[in-house]
Amino acid sequence: MDFRRIEDPAALLRGTPAELSRRQFVKLTALAGSGLTLGLVVPGCSKPAATGDTSAPFAMPFVHIAPDSTVTVLSKHLEAGQGVWTGLPAIVAEELDASWSQMRVASAPAEVPTYGNLAFDPKGRMQGTGGSTSVANSWLQLRRAGATARAMLVQAAAAQWDVSADEITVAQGVVSHASSRRKASFGELASAAAQLSVPAEVTLKDPAQFTLIGKGRLPRLDSRDKSFGRERYAIDVMLPGMVTAVVMRPPRFGGKVASFDASAAKAIPGVVDVVEIPRGVAVVGRDLWSAKKGREALKVTWDESAAEKRGTAELLTHYRQLAGGSEALTAAQRGDANGTLARAHKLIHADFEFPYLAHAPMEPLTAVCRLRADSCEIWAGCQFQTVDQVNAAKMTGLRAHQVKINTLAAGGSFGRRANFESDYIAEVASIAKATGGRYPVRLVWTREDDITGGRYRPLNLHRIDAGIGSDGRVAYRQRVVGQSILAGSPLGGNGVDATAVEGNAADEYDLEDVSITWSKPEVGIPVLWWRSVGHTHMAFSKEVIIDELAEAAGQDPVAFRLRLLGKHPRHSAVLRLAAEKAGWNQPFAGGKGRGRGVAVHESFGSVVAQVAEVTVSGDDIRVDRVVCAVDCGIAVTPDVVVAQMQSGIGYGLSAALWGEITLTGGRVDQSNFDRYRVMRINEMPKLVEVHILPSTSSPSGVGEPGTPPIAPAVANAVRMATGVRIRRLPFDLAAARKEQKA
Amino acid sequence: MSSVRLTINGQARELDVDPEMPLLWALRDHLALTGTKFGCGMSLCGACTVHIDGQPTRSCITPVAAASGRQVTTIEGLSTPAGRAVQTAWVDLDVPQCGYCQSGQIMSAAALLASNPHPTDADIDGAMAGNICRCATYVRIRSAIHKAADALAAAPE
Repeated sequence: MDFRRIEDPAALLRGTPAELSRRQFVKLTALAGSGLTLGLVVPGCSKPAATGDTSAPFAMPFVHIAPDSTVTVLSKHLEAGQGVWTGLPAIVAEELDASWSQMRVASAPAEVPTYGNLAFDPKGRMQGTGGSTSVANSWLQLRRAGATARAMLVQAAAAQWDVSADEITVAQGVVSHASSRRKASFGELASAAAQLSVPAEVTLKDPAQFTLIGKGRLPRLDSRDKSFGRERYAIDVMLPGMVTAVVMRPPRFGGKVASFDASAAKAIPGVVDVVEIPRGVAVVGRDLWSAKKGREALKVTWDESAAEKRGTAELLTHYRQLAGGSEALTAAQRGDANGTLARAHKLIHADFEFPYLAHAPMEPLTAVCRLRADSCEIWAGCQFQTVDQVNAAKMTGLRAHQVKINTLAAGGSFGRRANFESDYIAEVASIAKATGGRYPVRLVWTREDDITGGRYRPLNLHRIDAGIGSDGRVAYRQRVVGQSILAGSPLGGNGVDATAVEGNAADEYDLEDVSITWSKPEVGIPVLWWRSVGHTHMAFSKEVIIDELAEAAGQDPVAFRLRLLGKHPRHSAVLRLAAEKAGWNQPFAGGKGRGRGVAVHESFGSVVAQVAEVTVSGDDIRVDRVVCAVDCGIAVTPDVVVAQMQSGIGYGLSAALWGEITLTGGRVDQSNFDRYRVMRINEMPKLVEVHILPSTSSPSGVGEPGTPPIAPAVANAVRMATGVRIRRLPFDLAAARKEQKA
Repeated sequence: MSSVRLTINGQARELDVDPEMPLLWALRDHLALTGTKFGCGMSLCGACTVHIDGQPTRSCITPVAAASGRQVTTIEGLSTPAGRAVQTAWVDLDVPQCGYCQSGQIMSAAALLASNPHPTDADIDGAMAGNICRCATYVRIRSAIHKAADALAAAPE
């Protein structure tokens, strides 16, 4: 989602404004015991909140330098695989002139505005990760943090050596004065530097002087722990006396507990408690096994009077009615699409369907809560830290500042962990409350809980009419029918939900006559952003229709796009780069069942073009090769950018080829990886080549932008291979063949 | 509950648990060996892969009693030449992203190289298709297995 459109992030935190404003001025005590002696810069003061102890380590909000010269960067963002635990330290290390080997990373506490996301809100009133904003919003903040720390180290050295600071250089973590041949490590200077005033102004490097940023591979700081089973995720937290809970939730969304009989569950050895919570009934056991067996024995009667009982088929029927109806909001309007369509001689009319999708991160949602009389501590892969903090406070009857958030590495998220109700964190807090804080509680969602648990990428129907007039003028009219993700959240409103129509053809192409409208169905299925959000479906229909228009015009798909991208130089550049690297202008080594297709799309400030090559045998589609070009501004850690493009492609291919959550009578049909099929190594393209466009612009997103173009690129390749147009996801070639014949 | 005797990473352990409890939960909840991960509980994703007598095994569907009297190796105890080579290659190529599935990936890859020192791409597909990575680190997993195989071949006997 594009959080830059959020105008009032403080609305997210309504209910506790007094506490939050006070917290801005309170030194965070919650860090005690975490092993970090972090001081915070108090607004209005010029010094770090240091203790005055001359042996105190150097501690600024984002940079902590220990006596052993290790530099720990406090990450305000969740590491869920996207590489921020490497990218954020790289920004600091660059301006600090540190050696990469001395860099460490730790999660920042939940604290606004110090650790607020500046892309969500320039005032930093909400801490959170999303919209591929982590590096982008931290770019200047962390460069300043690194440069500030460097300036203070230099100042400390200048004072100790009685030389001018101008004569001091820093390189590879060593502070030097050439003419006197003196050298010092960061650790040797840290205590003295910590006593200095923080300079009001620092000079940032000229990017031409960068030695780490954009310079090939910086080893990830988390690879070793993650390769030796040592990374600690929420599911790995072990606290003395901790119990494990699972929750029986209503079988249909919107259902509620009417009554329950816990006697059989309580008879299971190891079950220690059964309690009702707002989301269902929690079974608490000494380990997961007993809690799970207890849940199997639990009998719950549900009140389904307000539950959503429609299935996918009924919903799609309703969506088709909405697509043909007049009730809609205008998302984008330029020129006269209707008039030009009426005169166009090459007309395309198409309905596109996109299913609900589960995120299915590899670590099933897990959170740990320790509740005491006047405090609560949460361990989880928190993605909206300050929202999670407020929600845990609400559930436990505490105030937000009494809740300490420990953000651990997340075993994937793809958007799932970022929600305004903090669903799984609110659940664990409510279980801790319902069990009176007698023991620390670990809540584990099983895979079945995850797949059936909702918060899906919304089901969508797009109805598109497009055409080309005799003068070559392209008209494009699209009705989008899909639930609003933001509705019901503090960001919801009466207007168009931007996340429902983002990346539309009006934004992405120089079309003169374009109309994008949106109809919002009321459906009781909870929905959420899923890696690249609205772009997941908007890019698909747009890039498939553009391809069809190119075909109707008898033009090459790349050349046709370039003609419509005159005002989009970044699109044109990545499209040209991908085409060049893929050998687009050379004859395609095709043969029976072979095809290649292209797509280009901007999301989260980055533009990505992909060329996919496929082999179709019967109705089976195999993607052989993907050539990807990306303009993400300055690529801070290019190797992470490559990894994220590959990851986005794999994730997008899962959805293109198999991903589908369907409902029958309001019940979800899938429950695990057997029927919710995802990409495996034998199905991953053997060749995924990533080319990064050189750039001097500030960094933009990379976690999500690799996903939108892959499905349409593959669909366009399948068209070339088979002559069949795919307009429904996941791809079902046999069904598409039949429909095309009909 | 009853007593189950296990040999985990070379150490004899005795547990008082339901013998039907999957080995995964005995390892994680009762032995604090949390490197082995829970992903699906149905042998569909491979995150829980351990070695039993050297064979890659899904611990989420293996009753703890079935491991009794056999050698269980988890990621924490992986110390074979193949295992070391795989882990070194994983770090060298920065394979992990979220990292959650990687213990299982590494246990499967180590078992593959122990039985097949020079796997082809098709061999890798065959041995690794049971391990899901939602971050889709597959391109690097494949490269890392080839790299580990090369390193093993180059290592002195």
